[in-house]
Amino acid sequence: MSTTALRARRARGKGAGLGLLAWLLGIAFFLPIAWMALTSFHSETDAATNPPSFAAALTLDGYREFFGAGGGASPWPALINSTVASVASTLLVLLLAFPAAYALSINRVRKWTDVLFFFLSTKMLPVVAGLLPIYLFANNAGMLDNIWLLVILYTSMNLPIAVWMMQSFLAEIPVAVIEAARVDGARLPTVLARVVAPIALPGIAATALICFIFSWNELLFARVLTGVVAETAPVFLTGFITSQGLFLAKVCAASLVISLPVLAAGFAAQDKLVQGLSLGAVK
Amino acid sequence: MTATTTAPVAAPRTGTPARRPSARLRAWATRAPLLPALIFMIVVTQLPFVATLVISFFDWNSLYPDARHFTGLDNYQEVLTDPDLRHSVWTTVLLTVAVVLASLVLGLVLALLLDRRFRGRGIVRTLLIAPFLVVPVAAALLWKHVLYNPEYGLLNGLLHYVGGPQPDWISSTPLLAVEASLVWQWTPFMMLILLAGLQSRDHEQIEAARVDGASDWQIFVHLTLPHLRRYLELGALLGSIYIVQNFDAVFTITSGGLGTANLPYTVYQSFYQAHENGLASAAGVLVVIGSIVIATFALRVVSSLFREEVSRA
Repeated sequence: MSTTALRARRARGKGAGLGLLAWLLGIAFFLPIAWMALTSFHSETDAATNPPSFAAALTLDGYREFFGAGGGASPWPALINSTVASVASTLLVLLLAFPAAYALSINRVRKWTDVLFFFLSTKMLPVVAGLLPIYLFANNAGMLDNIWLLVILYTSMNLPIAVWMMQSFLAEIPVAVIEAARVDGARLPTVLARVVAPIALPGIAATALICFIFSWNELLFARVLTGVVAETAPVFLTGFITSQGLFLAKVCAASLVISLPVLAAGFAAQDKLVQGLSLGAVK
Repeated sequence: MTATTTAPVAAPRTGTPARRPSARLRAWATRAPLLPALIFMIVVTQLPFVATLVISFFDWNSLYPDARHFTGLDNYQEVLTDPDLRHSVWTTVLLTVAVVLASLVLGLVLALLLDRRFRGRGIVRTLLIAPFLVVPVAAALLWKHVLYNPEYGLLNGLLHYVGGPQPDWISSTPLLAVEASLVWQWTPFMMLILLAGLQSRDHEQIEAARVDGASDWQIFVHLTLPHLRRYLELGALLGSIYIVQNFDAVFTITSGGLGTANLPYTVYQSFYQAHENGLASAAGVLVVIGSIVIATFALRVVSSLFREEVSRA
């Protein structure tokens, strides 16, 4: 009795210690973000001190500067471009991926696994490999600095992820439900929209959020293919690469504002995040 | 389902030529929902690559478009013998391996800690995921200006309290500086995959081993690690695919300077700044060949996990 009690107590003590360690590591990983958030609310002079001024007065000047109050470029066009590129490409991805996933999970085409792996293999083709011909094509077609070119490219970037995710969600739907609808004489678009989509809604939402994140984050295509008109938020951020005197609060405000949609989408899709990032391989 | 079940039944029953086109029609009806996505992918991702392959055999500087001519494998020879490019291949390997291994080990530690029940586990999980959800350019800017800055960065600020040295992080250890920021972003990714792996363990088996008197360490080495093996592989390979292609961190933190230019950055630079289309394409093709090597392994791992899922369902 006493030995088991002792062991249990020791195990509990060790458990508490490991719990504490987990907390410390969690805080350590979060610290840069917390510091970024705090710095964004400091004045520029308080932001650039050594040792750091943790308790300095709070101000919204960093945000005012970022939104162009100090005469700098306004971030709004870039934010709007990013929103258009991310939302439009995500919608297009869903429109293409949903029927494809149906043909790869419920009413399967022959060699459906080969098709799935073809989609996956395109994801492994590095972006830089196709960059030059895409640039030359865009240049000749007058599509440079056009946000719709990014919409097309982001769609191709996310379509494999979406097809994989959605086929794993759709495969979970009982066949009987769909058969019943088909027997009732419903046509395929009706079956997809009225029967399959409502059941798969949580999965579709998670897919959409993950595609949105990848599009919003993308830099290389946007950097090469856009200029002043179609510049996206990450390209806007590259304007902060070289130091410009005292600008830490502004950089922090900018980074935080531009990361907010991703943080929100990521936490909303938290439970399905692994499944999406591992292309449906891990549940 | 309908195509595979009804078509064979219909064919022997009638056998008339009139039935055949209908079966073919059904097969096409099954394929139809797939086609838009498939055609889109082929046009947008495969055609440019074919074009890259073709361009890589030409001597083509976009500033002198009239001097364009076929040169066979000269671009490849130049790419493979160019010391800068060779260095960037080496940098890419170093960067990828270091970041993947470090984030995998850290991710494993965190996943093991999070697999236990403790007060506030959900909050800690959320705190840990956050670095992955910062826009990559923003994360790189955060490390470059807010943490690494030698005069007022947080790292030196904290060192100041303990009377430590005040190093110029990016200048003295440029590659390590880039790697650290990437490890910070990618550890959560590894943690999530490994945590999913841990949670899919057979708990009865572990209980049985514990009843038989196995220690925590024995259970970890003989049960947990073998089970996690494929999740570790998957994390390593997916991480490699993303980090081999990393552009944002190198571009933002060092702008490819101080020996940190990796292949994607070098390809970007050679056509964006030097306008050497042929050379850039040849380097691009080489990146693809490198990726195919990694991808072959990656596909095998994903496919084994996938088949297991399918057979389980």
